Amino acid sequence: MSALLRTEGLSKAFTLHLQGGTRIPVLGGVDLAVHPGECIALWGPSGAGKSTLMRCLYGNYGAGAGRILLRHGGAEIDLATADPRSIIAARRETIGYVSQFLRVIPRVATRDIVAEPMIARGVPKAEAIARATALLHRLNLPERLHGLPPATFSGGEQQRVNLARGFAPGYPVLLLDEPTASLDAANRAIVIAMINEAKHAGAAIVGIFHDAEVREAVADRLFDVLPQQDAA
Amino acid sequence: MTGALLTAEGLDLHFGAIPALVDVAIDVAEGEVVAIVGESGSGKTTLLRVLSGQMAPDAGTVRWLGQDVHGMGEAARRRLMRTDWGFVHQNPRDGLRLNVSAGGNVGERLMAVGARHYGNIRAQALEWLAKVEVDATRIDDLPRTFSGGMQQRLQIARTLVTRPRLVFMDEPTGGLDVSVQARLLDLIRGLSRELGLSVLIVTHDIAAARLLADRILVMRRGRVVEQGLTDRVLDDPQHPYTQLLVSSVLAA
Amino acid sequence: MNAPMEGYNFAYLDEATKRMLRRTILKAVAVPGHQIPFGAREMPLPYGWGTGGIQVTAAILGPADTLKVIDQGADDTTNAISIRRFFTRVAGVATTERTEDATIIQTRHRIPEAPLREDQVLVYQVPQPEPLSKLEPRRAETKRLHALADYGLMHVRLYEDIARLGHIAKAYDYPVMVNGRYLMSPSPIPAFDNPKMHRMAALQLFGAGREKRIYAIPPYTEVRSLDFEDHPFRPIRAPQACALCGSRESYLDEVITDDRGGRVFVCSDTDYCGTRVAARKGAA
Repeated sequence: MSALLRTEGLSKAFTLHLQGGTRIPVLGGVDLAVHPGECIALWGPSGAGKSTLMRCLYGNYGAGAGRILLRHGGAEIDLATADPRSIIAARRETIGYVSQFLRVIPRVATRDIVAEPMIARGVPKAEAIARATALLHRLNLPERLHGLPPATFSGGEQQRVNLARGFAPGYPVLLLDEPTASLDAANRAIVIAMINEAKHAGAAIVGIFHDAEVREAVADRLFDVLPQQDAA
Repeated sequence: MTGALLTAEGLDLHFGAIPALVDVAIDVAEGEVVAIVGESGSGKTTLLRVLSGQMAPDAGTVRWLGQDVHGMGEAARRRLMRTDWGFVHQNPRDGLRLNVSAGGNVGERLMAVGARHYGNIRAQALEWLAKVEVDATRIDDLPRTFSGGMQQRLQIARTLVTRPRLVFMDEPTGGLDVSVQARLLDLIRGLSRELGLSVLIVTHDIAAARLLADRILVMRRGRVVEQGLTDRVLDDPQHPYTQLLVSSVLAA
Repeated sequence: MNAPMEGYNFAYLDEATKRMLRRTILKAVAVPGHQIPFGAREMPLPYGWGTGGIQVTAAILGPADTLKVIDQGADDTTNAISIRRFFTRVAGVATTERTEDATIIQTRHRIPEAPLREDQVLVYQVPQPEPLSKLEPRRAETKRLHALADYGLMHVRLYEDIARLGHIAKAYDYPVMVNGRYLMSPSPIPAFDNPKMHRMAALQLFGAGREKRIYAIPPYTEVRSLDFEDHPFRPIRAPQACALCGSRESYLDEVITDDRGGRVFVCSDTDYCGTRVAARKGAA
């Protein structure tokens, strides 16, 4: 079966112009492929570039060299070279990203934040709100919070809002950057169940899981990400 | 780019020896929000004026649905400005009639395009005041009695009432308090999505650009030094100037 | 014809000036409702006393014409009498107070009640020719608005009236669209007179001396008062009968008769009123 997301020779370095043009290589020749129903855990020491790789996979960081191929709309697009509008379309339809932190949008209610990506995909508003509410309930976020903007929520609450927003649309490809970092055991178990359900539904998932329990429960295999200085 | 509403190529403009625009190209697609960022004097407001037909470039073309904006004649351009286009000024006093009531301000564009039913005009004015969160009881008040944030929201209502397809915004949150800015940005974001508006917004506020824009262009000394997907430009800036700009933003 | 005063050209203005005025008038007739600038001359009376109207009248006056001059509908007011005497002295033309006998009627702020004919010309004295002047003080901008027929602003003014007062408050100088193209000030005639301008058989000429503009409405031209579909234009008159002739159709002036609040309403058009009174006496 063909990969939903793969990279070919992906390299990434940062050039810090404000520090005299210092060049910091982070990724070199990464070849990764993730298939439908599969969950890959990125593995490597802190600072090895796991988050950088995730951000490249989402098109958030540009690639220095190589290709990032995403199966989108019946064809593969290269996120390294695609124009912004194609990447926006791919993010709307195909690839979701749950980061550790919620980028708060002022004054927008939690349930609307969760419903928004579904509405963008054409789900009727009422249905999107209903699904958002159900998912927030499942993640144990009390109803009284659904109508509030999450700016004042605790870290764990914000993370659950983020998870609901990422999982609700049912993207074929999901990127999870420490999705359970701020969660207690009960909520961790729920997230594990949600990841496994997404896999069963055919989603291809790439994640960073520092929590061994979560990693073992969801990951089919590990993908090594090595620090560039060491690899060189 | 297919599907682009507005396309500009090769724009050059000099004020004497000072380059205001140097070989600038830009396009805006249907439903897309594009931000132009840069410091004061970078040419971003000049670019907005050239793109909206208010100022002619020395060289280059601006096209709206394939039509040459600077070649179309003033009547056609004005018609565009009150139908398919809207312009939101930094200072609401430039975009409002201060001696005309809030309702009259919102209704003016409707009347300019031929609305002649008072009841309908008033109903639409009320509808738009609600959309921009101005209390209905203020409909007959003069804008000079409004706060800066309310004036700016009124200007947006007045601009959007005729459902333009593309709105130019010049530092719309410029002179406002931070708390008022957030409310306004959220309003612009909500309305542009709800109406499928294309927005071309000039701002020096990186956070506003991140919140609103699909794409971003970074300008410096009349040139576009970097452009692309908003979060990529801001999170992985390539050009030294963009890196400086992004690193200069105070984290809240 | 009386002998005109010595030392002046016929009708006071020199022939070159009259030719310039006639060219302006022709242009004005060709573009109904559009204000044409002209080189207004100094006249032997102050601005505001009808210098624009007098120049237009002087330009079109011939020795065979019969002139009537009214001020607020009356032939016997100072302004009307002095203008009539002026033309008697400098042109020697016949004058009349009877609307139907006149070939040229110069007016300030009224249109006669009797319908005018094709062989008559109505000359208006205009203080402010620009209908948008109060809304947009920049002349370059008002010119642009006219060029582009961008008249939303005028409707904003009417909107404001309805929003504040429940009805359009403009009772005189009520703006009109001429020939479906130009917004025009009808000069400060009462809104009551506006419908008379529509498809009038007589040529209507407007002269503004201080503002140096001439405009015109050719015979049988479409003249519409601006309004809203749900607030249609309504000509208003005092709901009274004339105390002298009993008319319930004519435009009335309110006349205070004492210092205890006593008042009567009489026709503003003195010729119309006088004719009716005479007819009633004749019948009696």
